[in-house]
Amino acid sequence: MAARVAADIPDGAVVNLGIGAPTAVANHFGAGREVILHSENGVLGMGPAPALGQEDYDLINAGKQPVTLRPGGCFFHHADSFAMMRGGHIDICVLGAFQVAGNGDLANWSTGEPGAIPAVGGAMDLATGAKQTWVMTDHLTKAGEPKLVERCSYPLTGLGCVARVYTDLAVIDLRQQPPRVRAVVDGLSFDELQRLTGFALQPLA
Amino acid sequence: MIDKRVASAAQALADVPDGATVMIGGFGTAGLPDDLTDALIDQGARDLVIVNNNAGNGERGIAALLAAGRVRKVICSFPRQADSHHFDRLYRAGQVELELVPQGNLAERIRAAGAGIGAFYTPTGHGTELAKGKEVRQIDGRWQVLEYPIHADYALIKAERGDRWGNLTYRMTARNFGPIMAAAARITVATVHEVVELGALDPEAVVTPGLFVQRLVQVPRRATQGAGFKAAA
Repeated sequence: MAARVAADIPDGAVVNLGIGAPTAVANHFGAGREVILHSENGVLGMGPAPALGQEDYDLINAGKQPVTLRPGGCFFHHADSFAMMRGGHIDICVLGAFQVAGNGDLANWSTGEPGAIPAVGGAMDLATGAKQTWVMTDHLTKAGEPKLVERCSYPLTGLGCVARVYTDLAVIDLRQQPPRVRAVVDGLSFDELQRLTGFALQPLA
Repeated sequence: MIDKRVASAAQALADVPDGATVMIGGFGTAGLPDDLTDALIDQGARDLVIVNNNAGNGERGIAALLAAGRVRKVICSFPRQADSHHFDRLYRAGQVELELVPQGNLAERIRAAGAGIGAFYTPTGHGTELAKGKEVRQIDGRWQVLEYPIHADYALIKAERGDRWGNLTYRMTARNFGPIMAAAARITVATVHEVVELGALDPEAVVTPGLFVQRLVQVPRRATQGAGFKAAA
């Protein structure tokens, strides 16, 4: 998934990778690629994790893990950082999800369980403010239920904001309606993919 | 002569009253002014409203304030972390109030307070639980939510270098909320690791102009400790 997302990100793009699984996308930009990574806590031009022993916890990513700065990178305060996110200056953000609906609604911040501690961070700003919001997620929950659903049952992060979904089974474009399959894993038929997906799909053109 | 230097963190916070709204800089532990949170615990003010991105890590800083029972309400975007057990316990027991704010709204509401903006519309959060009951309006074809500024009585922030006018520079991602909180509070207390002569900071590189800072405390440099994430096994 991460490799496929990385391959689809055009050179020169400014990208924000959400915490969790999307962080792995950063490991798949090969040599010669120039993609600028933004971190909501005030970094443009974020580099990979430092070598063991070189960690400096004044230089961290949104997941609070130590990172490095690439030449050309810079720091800024939170209002500037979120102006980049909310003002449409980030080309692509890649987020995880609990559920994505066929109309592009995203639920990724709360399962709404009673007693759970809610936490939203920058998810709503990114989902709503980036030029394109891509979601990277397993196609099914651990219990085998579709995560791509007709209507989200979990609390929403943003309405109609998801442009594209990358799963372990397929890439689906939600900017086309009904959502169009752009790619499927080898050996999986369209009918089987449709059976595992909660909304109607258009086959690969 | 203008001289905002104060001899100690205790002296800088001596007048914080019960019930004060206190902004505390930091994203996780980066930029968290531990010397000031420690001094605030010693000072004893209660019923505080704390504004920070998180709700405390481990045993120090905001977690220690919470554990000491000094906090009535937390305004933040991301309370739940691997090591936020003090907040989690108090929240579940109904002993601390939470206003959960999308992080960009938190930053912009703080910025708006400092900039004298009465309120603003933003698409962030529209149609979600976090915009429930808020005024909405369609602007440029998009639904937007009315958000109000967050003002504070005090801002406690951590910077790197400063001078007696209160001009500040920061260190990497420890900058985070410092500059906007400094502008949003009536009294801003900044810690720095180094106080330099007036004129020694490159004027092109000053991040927070001194007029946003009322008190400056020099503290020893200590490496920031990581926190907030699940360490790899």
